[in-house]
Amino acid sequence: MSRAELTEERASGRPGAERPDGAAAAGAPARSRAVWSLGLFRSELTITFRRWRTLALLAVLAAVPILVGVAVRIETSDGGSIGSGGGEGPAFISQITNNGLFLVFTSLAATLPFFLPMSIGVIAGDSVAGEASAGTLRYLLVAPSGRTRLLLAKFTTVLVFCLAATLTVAVSALITGALLFPTGEVTLLSGTAIPFSEGLLRCLAVAVLVAVSLLGLAALGLFISTLTNSGIAAMAATVGLLITVQIVNTIPQLHAVHPFLFPHYWLSFADVLRDPVYWDDILKNLGVQALYTAVFGSAAWARFTGRDITA
Amino acid sequence: MAQIQPRKTRSKAVRYGVPAAVAGVAALTVGLVPALASTGNPDLPKISAEKLVAKMAASDVQHMSGTVKINTDLGLPSIPGSGSGGGGFGGGPGAGSGAEDGSGGKKDSGSAASPDSKLMELASGEHTLRFAADGPDKQRLSVMEDAAEYSLIHNDRDVWGFDSGTNSAWHAKAPRDAKGKAPGTDHEKMPDSVTPQKAAEQALKAVGKSTSVSVEGTAKIAGRDAYQLVIKPKGAPDTTVESIRIAVDADNGVPLKFTLTPKEGDKPAIDIAYAKVDFGKPSAGTFDFKPPKGTKVTEAKPHAKPGGKAFDGKKHDGKKFDGEKPGLSGLAGLDIVNKGASDWNKVASFDTGMPGGIGGKNGPAGKEGEAGKGGDRAEKLLDGLTDEVKGDFGTGRVVSTRLVNALMTDDGKVYVGAVTKDGLVKAANADSK
Repeated sequence: MSRAELTEERASGRPGAERPDGAAAAGAPARSRAVWSLGLFRSELTITFRRWRTLALLAVLAAVPILVGVAVRIETSDGGSIGSGGGEGPAFISQITNNGLFLVFTSLAATLPFFLPMSIGVIAGDSVAGEASAGTLRYLLVAPSGRTRLLLAKFTTVLVFCLAATLTVAVSALITGALLFPTGEVTLLSGTAIPFSEGLLRCLAVAVLVAVSLLGLAALGLFISTLTNSGIAAMAATVGLLITVQIVNTIPQLHAVHPFLFPHYWLSFADVLRDPVYWDDILKNLGVQALYTAVFGSAAWARFTGRDITA
Repeated sequence: MAQIQPRKTRSKAVRYGVPAAVAGVAALTVGLVPALASTGNPDLPKISAEKLVAKMAASDVQHMSGTVKINTDLGLPSIPGSGSGGGGFGGGPGAGSGAEDGSGGKKDSGSAASPDSKLMELASGEHTLRFAADGPDKQRLSVMEDAAEYSLIHNDRDVWGFDSGTNSAWHAKAPRDAKGKAPGTDHEKMPDSVTPQKAAEQALKAVGKSTSVSVEGTAKIAGRDAYQLVIKPKGAPDTTVESIRIAVDADNGVPLKFTLTPKEGDKPAIDIAYAKVDFGKPSAGTFDFKPPKGTKVTEAKPHAKPGGKAFDGKKHDGKKFDGEKPGLSGLAGLDIVNKGASDWNKVASFDTGMPGGIGGKNGPAGKEGEAGKGGDRAEKLLDGLTDEVKGDFGTGRVVSTRLVNALMTDDGKVYVGAVTKDGLVKAANADSK
């Protein structure tokens, strides 16, 4: 995307530029601030989700469940069972043929180690540094919204993208699973059967948990994004850090630091499918994500509010 | 208020203090909370060891549910090159490689959902289990794995095993007259076989003249006050067991923690403890199970003995949950060699009927690879895993773990016991006379 194109897009996306509605802002100052925040957030959101880059990322994420579903369908079309070819697939893959709902869990388990966080890394890394490299950051700051609020709007947008990305995978998997495989009573990992409607609820819970699991990385990406003026550098650094941490997480000799790594409890979403739900690891995951969000969110704020914006 | 320049540059340092403070508080919390939680052993009235054992025996808790953590470090010899993908990260005898070995073994056996193969996996590494019981006829044990679970459910006459990872089930059913116990389900196949209670029960069976029992202080386990019962072998110089520690609930006498420490090293070889426990009645649905459609169900053959499988080196870790010696007599074809010895010094033996043993050129190890070179490699592998010993019985090889040692003689006899290498040789010498 060229710089000129982006600037143009940015200009048309800002509500202040599009409709100079001083009417709303002329009211109570408190109200005008609220309107500003909301407008800022809305414009961030439209800009992010209108980008081809974002749409392409979502399209790739939506394709993963279709790929997995079709592959499993072809492999088991002769009545054989999954995994007879040897090797181990992602979690839950053997249950897909009995219930299409499990395609949701398989797809999330397959995309969570890399695809999903990579797309978060791209969006979060680009959020501030992308504006800086396109030269639009200073225009954003000219508007009387304040740096803190701009950062908050950016972060909220990344969070919305986390949820959107996860739901894209889940919905695509749900549709593919329902089309290709039987549905009905869901057998949980503990062997208990629950009705399909409750299965759908657990599905939603899993999707939200996965989205929340990505919070830590989103905050980390935002912080890295405030450090540099190059969008590409911020994206690469975020994704590189993700890979490094994932590797560290597999080295048994470093098990002492594992509980403090943000991806360590990512697969704990599977515990939702136990009966009764096993909360220990889920709560640990939420704690780790909250910690990363607090530390790197405030670090991003410290950096961004105290920095000279030269671009 | 144009924002192109920051408002105040001197407040920069203060701003960076915020993330630093958050990180610092988090680090303090992580470091201090467990330390604070573990201090302060409860103050309980003194109790004699006899009374505590009696309290444990009289304990009549029907309903309970809880989370059990099992940590086993038997120091099983690791076979070089046997690890699957994880080999590159060092195949030490840690939790990771142990789990891999276990899952490898699971696939070889007939049914993945049979309790034999599954409970065997608990013999190494760290595992989290959930246990629920409602009287003697209803129990459930779930072994939690990554994104999978193995459940063993005992409800009246049925015993079901369900493995969600492979989507397969195992079933055993008792005849109509025999209520409670299903056939072919010896007690190690029941869901409660790996709880601290069962381990403590087995340990107490060994209590006798040859054992010293004492109460040593108190502890807080899973939020409950408990007495620490310590069992130590007496007059058994060759045993590998240093001590067994059982934490007994001060209120209702339920064993909450079981720790077995071998003489070699400080780390416990077996550590089974409740992380969470609740003495309320579990909901009835907990014990209902019907195999979901599409599940491969294996019916257990009545009176099928788990010991019928080939006696391989792994055999002895399967019996460890039976406590020490008492479990050995349950396996077919086993004799106690030194019947006169102290309980802790007992050694069991059986005949593989395979002269040449594992050291011989026509042993199973020699079959791998072609002659010559392959044989050499097998020999080297064997040397890494075992030690050669000589005695009145001839020569043989010893496979050692931290707890159980096994001696395989060249004429095909195997001696197994929780005794040192010297103890095994002594027993074998006495047996050959």
